[in-house]
Amino acid sequence: MAALTPVSRPPVSGPPVSTAPVAAPVKPARRRPRYWRGAVLTVAGLYFLTPLVSSFVFTVHVPNQGVTFAAYSGILSADGFTESLFLSLSLACATIALALLLVVPALVAVRLGPPRLRAVVEIVCMLPLVVPPIALVTGIATVLRWGPDHFSRTPLYQTFLAVQNESFPVVLVLAYTVLALPFVHRSLDAGLRAVDVPTLVEAARNCGAGRLYVILRVILPNLRSSLAGASFLTLALVLGEYTVASLLGFRPFAVWIVSVSGAEARMSVAVSLLSLLITWALLLVLSRAGTGSSAAVPAAGPSTAPAATTPAASAPAASAGGPSTAPTAVPGKE
Amino acid sequence: MSALPTATTGRPEPARTDAAHGRAATGARVEFRSLRRAFGPTVALDGLDLTAGPGELLALLGPSGCGKTTALRVLAGFEQPDSGEVLVDGEDITRIPANRRDAGMVFQSYSLFPHLNARDNVAFGLRVRKVSAAERHATAAELLDLVGLPDHGGRFPHQMSGGQQQRVALARALALRPRVLLLDEPLSALDAKVRLSLREEIRRLQLSLGITTIFVTHDQEEALSMADRVAVLNAGRLEQCAPPAELYERPATAFVAEFVGTMNRLPGHLTGTGSVEVAGATLPVDGEIPAGGGPVDVLIRPEGIRAEADPEGTATVVSASFLGSVTRVLLDLPDGVAAKADLPSRDAADLLPGVRARVTPVPRPVLVVPAAPVREPSAGKAAA
Repeated sequence: MAALTPVSRPPVSGPPVSTAPVAAPVKPARRRPRYWRGAVLTVAGLYFLTPLVSSFVFTVHVPNQGVTFAAYSGILSADGFTESLFLSLSLACATIALALLLVVPALVAVRLGPPRLRAVVEIVCMLPLVVPPIALVTGIATVLRWGPDHFSRTPLYQTFLAVQNESFPVVLVLAYTVLALPFVHRSLDAGLRAVDVPTLVEAARNCGAGRLYVILRVILPNLRSSLAGASFLTLALVLGEYTVASLLGFRPFAVWIVSVSGAEARMSVAVSLLSLLITWALLLVLSRAGTGSSAAVPAAGPSTAPAATTPAASAPAASAGGPSTAPTAVPGKE
Repeated sequence: MSALPTATTGRPEPARTDAAHGRAATGARVEFRSLRRAFGPTVALDGLDLTAGPGELLALLGPSGCGKTTALRVLAGFEQPDSGEVLVDGEDITRIPANRRDAGMVFQSYSLFPHLNARDNVAFGLRVRKVSAAERHATAAELLDLVGLPDHGGRFPHQMSGGQQQRVALARALALRPRVLLLDEPLSALDAKVRLSLREEIRRLQLSLGITTIFVTHDQEEALSMADRVAVLNAGRLEQCAPPAELYERPATAFVAEFVGTMNRLPGHLTGTGSVEVAGATLPVDGEIPAGGGPVDVLIRPEGIRAEADPEGTATVVSASFLGSVTRVLLDLPDGVAAKADLPSRDAADLLPGVRARVTPVPRPVLVVPAAPVREPSAGKAAA
């Protein structure tokens, strides 16, 4: 190749000339004061902490009596606290299970199927964002009123009664699943984008795996972060949801807090603060469950990160409403 | 490989050899019969008939969209043909689901399971078949050793290079002792050096295991250097299936002649006696002679053209590229035709750019095709 490759040679005579590129003198980076960072952090911190601190002060400071923790010590013995919290957690578990059962197979199917279906599923899942919960609950209430009249002589009558069972209102699970669809979809979609689903499915099928085995053993393990994010968002939504439950006449945790706020204002706010702490604790647990072993993180890590961090942003908003508002932990609207 | 479980498809296990472990292998016979597959208006496979013999490495070669990957996917069970059938050892597997085909596949994009380490990736298929953990681990270790990664069992895919990942994918494909090994452009995502070493390794493994292997590639060099036979596909049809040397030396069609290797397309004239006049020489025609006679294009390999410096010559040297033992000389012929000639480097020393040269075809049979309506200034095809 030497014959074809022109080689530039240094001059034969004279002092040798160095052809090595001379490094440009590096200007010392001017250290600019970063006051703005501190200012932004201070403003954000104040915005975040002031309502919490105010709420806390409100709960422990009683005029003319000084500091007392009676609002906190009385929570466990408060009438309806345990039942409402247990009901909300049960509803949250059922909603998470139902939402994931619906969305995971649907999203995997559209990843493997025609691409145009992806847009359809996305639009359907995003619809609850543009339908106000009040509209949703009005529709549900109408159906619940209309159903028994028209199905009184059919087995569906019992179904209508069963879904409104006060000890575990399935109708709330159905409504919450609809409300949670956008968050679950977003979180899982981000996770699936980070995974080459068709190739992994084909590789697993080639190894002899059936379709269910592929979803359980190949797809889901690679979506752990997304699943954790979706679960947390749903949990936060259910724990803080007030409108639907209240208008349908059920009494989960959020409704209970509002109901006790009239007689026990301090306890109501104390419960809100505690619910915020519980939410944060659950966030930590789910985050750790989602990341799992560090070795598997790169598979779906980067693109699911937003989903995992969203709860952190939404949770504080939950209880930051202060004493006079319902402790809504919904990561969206209400 | 002795610990590897047998396939669970219920058919008798063909006698196979694991040469690495001292057993004799025969592999399976794979047949495509009149396979047709269309995607809307696009016909990917148009009546493909092809057979891979037991223990053979058959390369499917062709331009993009010729149907080679579709043929492989049909064999793997990821695509269903519109018509035709696929037979393995005489058994029609056309309608058998992919997970019961007993064909190990290596994908272009590695496709290792990101949440599993190399050992578990290799053992995945064994786990599906409920093989005991001890046996799984032993087999995975054995296969990782076989592909040269004995110490990488605990590594996750993102902790390995592309070449290492593809070796693990190869081990995974072999873990179930498949009757057929399918390689879908397994080297195209790797850099040149790794590609070369892995190419040799795949061939070594294939020969030692005696497994029938179908290898899809668009890289001629890969196909010609690795395969026992190369099937050239064009527009869903089989153009020619032959050993690499025959494919190169005796292409059955003009497409094969021009697609495989580098080919000159020079204007010629049929003489009517089964020969053709080209560049002042009369050469016998090999293969089909276009009806009607008259002007034709003659296909000649660069090594089928001689050139020597001659002030009276009609050609002009445009460039000369030193390639080691040979030098490739690009020549301008009269009428704006270009030709490439591969000459021994010692004979090409005088052929410098701008020198007049005399061009003579080597007297051997040549392929002729109907003359192209508009001749390109650069007629020589550089496909190599």
